[in-house]
Order: sequence, then C-alpha cells, then structure tokens
Amino acid sequence: MAVKPGAAYSPEAGFPEIHPAFSDAEAKIESGRCLYCYDAPCVRACPTHIDIPKFIGRIHTGDVMGAARAILDANILGGTCARVCPVEELCEGACVEVALQRRPIPISALQRYAVDHVMHRRMRLFAPGAPTGKRVAIVGAGPAGLSCAFELRRAGHAVTIFDARELPGGVNTYTIAPYKHSVDFCLEEVEIVRQMGVEFRQGVLVGRDVTFEEIRSGSDAVFLGLGLGHTRKMGIPGEDLPGVWEALAYLEASRTAPPDKQPRAKVVAVVGGGNTAIDCATTAARLGAEMVMIIYRRGRADVPAFPYEQEIARMDEVLFVCNTLPVEVIAQNGRASALRCVRTQPGPPGPDGKSAFEVMPGSDRILGADQIIMALGQQPWEAVPGLENLKTTRGGLIEVDPVTHETSMPGVFCGGDAINGGGEVVDAVEHGKIAARGIHCRLFGLDAARLGLPGDNGSPRQTWHSVRRPSDIRPPAPAVAPAHH
Amino acid sequence: MTADLSVDFCGIKSPNPFWLASAPPANSAYQVMRAFEAGWGGAVWKTIGEPIVNVSSRYSAVDLEHRRVMGLNNIELISDRSIEENLREIREVKRHFPGHVVIASLMVESKREVWHDIVRRAEDAGADGHELNFGCPHGMSERGMGSAVGQVPEYTCQITEWAVEAATRPVIIKLTPNITDIRFPGRAAKRGGAHAVSLINTINSITGIDLDTFVPRPIVGDGSTHGGYCGPAVKPIALNMVSQIAGDPEIGLPISGIGGISTWRDALEFMLLGSTTVQVCTAVMHRGFRIVEDMIQGLSDWMESKGFTACTDFIGKSVPHVRDWGKLDLNYRIVARIDQAKCVDCGLCYIACEDGCHQSITKERANGRNVYTVVDDLCVGCNMCSLVCPSPGCISMVQVDEGKPFETWEMRIARTGSSAAAWAESMGKH
Ligand SMILES: Cc1cc2nc3c(=O)[nH]c(=O)nc-3n(C[C@H](O)[C@H](O)[C@H](O)COP(=O)(O)OP(=O)(O)OC[C@H]3O[C@@H](n4cnc5c(N)ncnc54)[C@H](O)[C@@H]3O)c2cc1C
Ligand SMILES: Cc1cc2nc3c(=O)[nH]c(=O)nc-3n(C[C@H](O)[C@H](O)[C@H](O)COP(=O)(O)O)c2cc1C
Ligand code: SF4
Repeated sequence: MAVKPGAAYSPEAGFPEIHPAFSDAEAKIESGRCLYCYDAPCVRACPTHIDIPKFIGRIHTGDVMGAARAILDANILGGTCARVCPVEELCEGACVEVALQRRPIPISALQRYAVDHVMHRRMRLFAPGAPTGKRVAIVGAGPAGLSCAFELRRAGHAVTIFDARELPGGVNTYTIAPYKHSVDFCLEEVEIVRQMGVEFRQGVLVGRDVTFEEIRSGSDAVFLGLGLGHTRKMGIPGEDLPGVWEALAYLEASRTAPPDKQPRAKVVAVVGGGNTAIDCATTAARLGAEMVMIIYRRGRADVPAFPYEQEIARMDEVLFVCNTLPVEVIAQNGRASALRCVRTQPGPPGPDGKSAFEVMPGSDRILGADQIIMALGQQPWEAVPGLENLKTTRGGLIEVDPVTHETSMPGVFCGGDAINGGGEVVDAVEHGKIAARGIHCRLFGLDAARLGLPGDNGSPRQTWHSVRRPSDIRPPAPAVAPAHH
Repeated sequence: MTADLSVDFCGIKSPNPFWLASAPPANSAYQVMRAFEAGWGGAVWKTIGEPIVNVSSRYSAVDLEHRRVMGLNNIELISDRSIEENLREIREVKRHFPGHVVIASLMVESKREVWHDIVRRAEDAGADGHELNFGCPHGMSERGMGSAVGQVPEYTCQITEWAVEAATRPVIIKLTPNITDIRFPGRAAKRGGAHAVSLINTINSITGIDLDTFVPRPIVGDGSTHGGYCGPAVKPIALNMVSQIAGDPEIGLPISGIGGISTWRDALEFMLLGSTTVQVCTAVMHRGFRIVEDMIQGLSDWMESKGFTACTDFIGKSVPHVRDWGKLDLNYRIVARIDQAKCVDCGLCYIACEDGCHQSITKERANGRNVYTVVDDLCVGCNMCSLVCPSPGCISMVQVDEGKPFETWEMRIARTGSSAAAWAESMGKH
C-alpha cells in the first residue's frame, strides 16, 4: 500500500531507515559546499551549539575523527540527534544556503557520517577527569540523564544512574519512531557514556525500589531526568477495550517486539495531531496497514505536528480526518471495531489563543477501524514520593534556576522533558550539560555564570570541567584596544 | 587531546609550528593576543620601519567558482604606525604571553647604523628574533627597500651582515619569490650569517581589470599599481621554492614556510618539504584566527594516526623524494581505470584526453548512456582524466607491472650510448 517501496517493515531488514547514511563521496562533496560562516546561524539554531562549520570543514579536509570530536564535545548524543532532530526547524532550517535559494548543507547527514565513523571503529575520544571524590546520583537514563552523566564524568565526579526500565536511554531507546533509529543503535550510543565510568542501575524505580531520601543522602547531589508522565485519557466509553492502544505503548511494541508479536492491523485510526500521532500513523503504515487515518478535532491547518513530520505522513498516504472528535469506541466481539465521532467547527478562540471548536449537533458518524491509537499528549512528570515539595510551574512542570538548573530543593537539579513539558532529544542533552555545570559549581562553590559549556564557542568563557577553585577561573583576556588607523 | 606539536626553530622554542605571517593580522597587540588565545604559537609582527601612509583601496582577489579569495593581491606598505608604538605593543604581548613567539619584522633604509639601531630596539622590546623583510614587491621597492634588496644577492648578504652584527637573537631572512632562482638569495643570506630563512613573500601580480573603466584592481581613483599575490593560489610556487632551499647543500638553514597555507594539510606539506614552522596571512584575513584550532587538531590527529610523537619525526621527510627529472624511473608505468558504477556520464575525461592528451579513451553508446573506456596501450598515464573527473573515486590510476627494472634517463643514456639511441629504444616499445 501506502509507503514508498523499500520503506515498509520486513522481518529481515526491520524498519528501513528513513535517511540512509552518506557515502564517502557524498560527504566529500556536501562538506565542500559549506561556506564556513562566522557565528553561524546553524550553530545558533542548534540547542547544543555544535560548531557545525568546524566539523564540516574537518570532514572536508579528511579529519573525520576531529569532526566527531567537535560534535560529541558539545552533544554526546550527536549520533541520535543526527537521526531524530527536526533539522528543518533547527540547524538546516537556518543554513544560509536556504537564503541563497539553494539546498541547505545536509548538516545532520554529515553529522551522522562523522559520528558513525568513530562509533563503527569504537574510538574513545574522551577520558574521565581526575577523581573529585564527589558522588552524584541521577534519576532517569534518558537523554538528559545520559548527557549530565557524561559531563560529570569528564569533570571527575562519580556517577550512578537509577532508571526504572530494563534498558537505558529513556524515550529515545523505547519510543521514537522505529524508522529513525534502532534500539541497538541507541544502546551502542549509551556505551559511550558507560565507558566513561558511569554506573547504571536499570530496573530500579526510585520511590518504590529505593527511596528518594536514600539516594539523596548517599550522594553529594542529585539530577532528575524523569521525562514525562503517562499519556492523557480521553474519558470516552470503550477507551479500555482490547484493540485500543496508548501511543507510547504502541510505538514501544513496534520497536521492540519480535516480528510475530508486532501490533499489526488492517485499518488504523490514530487520535491526535501532534508529532507522536504522526509517528504512530507512519509506523502503522510501515507495518503494513491498508488504511491509516489521523483523527484530529480541529482544522487541517491547525495540525500542530512539524511540517516535515506531516510530509512523511502525506508520503505514506495517511488520511487526515480533521474537524472530527471521537465520542465512543464501539466494540464487536469484545474488541474495538469502530469510533463514533462528531463533526466540529471552529468556534471563538479560547483563552490559550488556539482556535477553539464546537460540536455540530446531529453530526454523528461511525469510522470503522480494527486498531485505535490514542496519541493525546502526556502528563507532566510522574510523581515520586519524597519530591512532593518540589516547586512546580502552574502547568505542573518542575521549576529550575535557568543558569544552574537547580530545583527548589538545594542540591537537587533537573532537566529534560520534566522541565519543558516535552521537547526534543537535543534540548534534553543541553539541559544535562547545564545541570552538570550547575552541580559542579555548587559542589565547589563556583559561579556557574562565569564558566562556559562545551560547544559554547562564541563565548570567551572557559569551560568548567577542570575548574575546582574560584582562582582557577581565568581572568578575561587583557583588555587592549583594537588598533584603528 | 592533542599531540606535542612544539618545535625548536633556530633556537626559538615555539609551542606549535603555526605562526602568523608579518601582515595585517599581526598588526597590533590586540590582534596578536587574540591570535595567541586562539592557539597560534607565534607571530611575525607586521613589518616595522619608518611609518608610511597607505592608499585606498588596497586589495583585490581571484575567486574560483563559489570559493572566494583563492588568490589575494595587495598594494599595502609596511606598518603605518610608529616604531615606538609597535615596539611598546611587542613588549606588552611578550609580558602576557612569555611562552609564545614574537618575531620583529624589520625594514629600514640601507644604512649600517640604522639597521644596528632597529635591531637593538627590537631586542630591547623583547622580540624573540628578527625577520628582515627583503620581499615586499611593491611600493617599498620603489624606495630601495624590500624586494629591491632581496633581488640583489650582494645587498641581501650585506644587510644580513649588518643585522647579525647587532643581534643577539636569531635573524631570519624573508625571501622574495620575484627572482629567477631562489637559491641565489638563499645562499647570500647564508653568507651574511643568517640563522634561518622564511619564504615566500608575495608575488608581483595584477589580478584583473574593471572592464568598464579599464583600471586594474585594486582601483585607486583612475589608476592602480602591481601588487603582491598570496593565498591558496601561490602554494605550489611556494612549495617548490621551499623544496629548492631545503635541497640545496650550500644553504642548510632552518626554514619557515609561507604561501597559501589554509589548513593542516597545507602546513604539513610545507613541513614535509623541510619547514620547521609555517606562517599564515591570507587564510586568517579570510576566516579569522579560529582556523588554527583545526590546524592544531588536524595535524595532531594525523600524527596520532601515523604514530609520530614529535614534529621532528616528519619535518623534511619529502625532501629526498624531490629529485632531478633525469633520476626518475622510466619503467614505472600507470594507466587510467574508469569505475563504470561511479561514472556519471559527464564526458569530461573523454574530451580532455581526446583534445588535450593522447586520444586514449573510447566512447560507446549503451542503454541510452555513454560508456567510456581507457585503451591501455595508448594511455601514457598522464593523470589528466582523473584530474578532471567530478565523481570521487571514479577514475583511478593503477600500476602495470611490466617486469622491467628501475632505469632512469641518465642510466638509459649510459647504457645505449647517446640520447638519440635512448629515445629510439624508448619509442620502440610502443
Ligand atoms: C513518541 C515520541 C517521539 C519522539 N520523537 C522525537 C524525535 O523524533 N526527535 C526528538 O528530538 N525528540 C523526540 N521525542 C522527544 C524526546 O524523546 C524527549 O524529549 C527526550 O527523550 C527527553 O529526555 P529525558 O531524558 O528528559 O526523558 P526520557 O527520555 O523520558 O527519560 C526519562 C527516564 O527516566 C526514567 N524514570 C522516570 N521516573 C523514574 C523514577 N522515579 N525512577 C527511575 N527512573 C525513572 C524513565 O523510565 C526514563 O527512562 C519524542 C518523544 C516521543 C514521546
Ligand atoms: C595585505 C598584506 C600585507 C602584507 N604586509 C607584509 C609586511 O608588512 N611584511 C611582510 O614581510 N610581508 C607582508 N605580507 C606578505 C605576507 O607576510 C605573506 O608572506 C604572504 O601573504 C604569503 O602568505 P599567505 O599566502 O598565507 O598570505 C603582506 C601580505 C598581505 C596580504
Ligand atoms: S544536534 Fe540537531 S540541531 Fe544540532 S546540529 Fe545536530 S542535527 Fe542539527
């Protein structure tokens, strides 16, 4: 059906990657197109500030290892980011070539080329710092926790990560659309962090298997990389019937289940219009569904998923059924078989500024589907006993200091989806970096604002890893006025 | 993580071989300190002498498709700031960066006392050495300095002697390429007692002309003047001159290589041909001091991959490979091979060989596209097709072993008795 030839799942090849790797020749040609901008728009658009012209120039001169070093220095999950970042919204969208009416430099593909080069060869580019004698506990082995752990090891702190799941990597390992990267790749990337001397305690739910207090008293500081909570419920009859999937569980099953256990169906209805809904729909198409619908309650133009994600769905011939609100899941023989929906029409804008909608009376219709996937967005972080007093925003997100990422509990830091309500992997990586600096500065009594982050190249500040006393902070370069003629 | 890149250049210790050339990037303390912060190991200060006035405009360039400034031409003179100001700033830089190298580039009237005086003042300011600018090819030469000195070996020798008399630190002679044989001024510098040479300075040039006003660039009102050419375009010329100096048994001086260096690869080539340090101007003017980070990392990564731990492990390694034509193996034979899977059907190899070389590539139509094939017996192994092919890895040059022993032209003449006989025998093989 739908998906492009070669894109469909097969038991032998798994999910073919949506963007295949560059050959040496492609990397050479494409890297040669980069103009080596100064204070480059692409670098500014990257949340982790990878020095993109630098790494591309290094690829072009044949120093691919040096390119990977520049990338991973600023973003230890550079391999994942090269595969999953919404680059049209970030680096590539900012590339000056776009402004010159030309194709942007394929930054993410070049990034992948360089990182793959060192990962395939299992090169170790970083070494842990000299031991500080300090111990940091991290809750959550998702991108935020991994990035924080890596940075803390560079500075020489002992790090233990506690994570509830069997495998490390958080949502990145378990839930991201399976055609973007594989579980095996994610685990190999985690090895880079493990090799820095990070201890992983998988299968430990903090608050149940060990208390938060135990963790806190056993360490000098704590980082919380908790991610988001459960998917919201719609609150309609039949929502718990067999055949109805929660989006994250659906994606996890499609990524991790053996071929005969994959969640296949003929007609699939996905409820929701965000990036997660698109991931579910395109995954269902790749798993061989004959028809896939996205059911969205507002208008087509209101679909909030990134344009690029919508484009994937369009190419997979996913049907957008908009202005449609499910009100009941209908069962046949005890399984979900259809959705009863009503039509909606735009109403006056609501308090959030979004165009509201109102139900059109008497517009009931039945949409048949043998699989229904609910992609309605997630709750803020999952409560952990012992963290009841954490200060949160009105939306329930954990509040942090912007420079140090310290929470209202002294010595407890946080980052990732738990503080932004669901961002990208690359945001979580940056949060991990900021929090690691914050932790280090708290432990050594330093002013975090005076120290730079790796990748922070436009800044004259010194990076923080080896600074242990205020007197180690290099004074600003001697002020000599430029010579004017 | 980088390898030890430190070098000892005629007794001057430098943290790495990368120096700023005497030029606008090394004009002031502000710039040189920014450069040292970025990672440059040393700087040759913008040439100091009786201050001058400049015109505007001053530069023009040659672009290559979308790559800008492949060659840069300038008509600037030496420093337009006073000797006192320059020396005060050198002192300032050395105070903040005692471990970095600052060389005073000097150019004054051809008088013994004047040279003695400037050399002493430069040392007093803390300069680690002197570079005598005998190279500037425009403006200053009209006043009897710069290349006007460098083009006459006797003057070069004389002024070198004056500087060396007064100096307690190394004296480097910067050579002009605007001569017929670079070895003559090189030998003159040696005779004058120089401790090292640096080369090349810029090459006389006119980069282009405004086709509407007929005034060459850079345009100064209704006129222009020839300038000095530098940047990537001059690298091959500079490399050759460096190898000539390095290979001359009469000279034997340390070399600071200059001319078109932009990347670690360029720098490495100069070092392989015998340069202990390298100097950069145009690439910094184009892209800023930050390029040195990639030069350091690239050179270091290359050393790591080769198992080298010090620059002395490879400096000069290519010098013995440069020899006279008559000492090359006539029996070494290569031919072109086209990888059809990588061929994009552009036809460039074919037309290059057909019209410009040896008509050794055939063209046949198959399945709607052209198939190009090399005829081994006709191919002389000139490389041209592989040089023009835009598809990386498509045309490779492969060796054909004909089982013949190593034999040079000199050996063949000795064996056959005359050059005519040697030629006849050589042609007979086709
Ligand atoms: C369906 C979907 C698709 C996505 N697609 C993309 C994409 O294409 N590109 C992109 O950049 N981003 C994407 N994202 C977003 C991205 O995955 C997240 O922003 C990122 O994973 C957040 O990292 P994190 O470390 O904050 O949290 P998570 O990845 O959620 O990791 C949190 C970890 O903490 C653990 N944990 C939580 N509480 C406890 C506890 N009490 N005790 C022990 N462990 C605990 C969890 O088990 C989990 O392993 C997607 C997200 C989803 C849901
Ligand atoms: C604008 C400009 C001014 C220069 N001024 C000097 C100078 O004052 N003294 C000098 O020895 N060389 C001078 N040079 C030459 C450079 O030091 C250098 O030898 C030359 O540019 C070749 O190196 P490059 O290819 O890296 O630019 C100048 C070059 C330029 C472009
Ligand atoms: S991390 Fe993402 S935004 Fe940054 S350079 Fe890589 S692909 Fe682009």
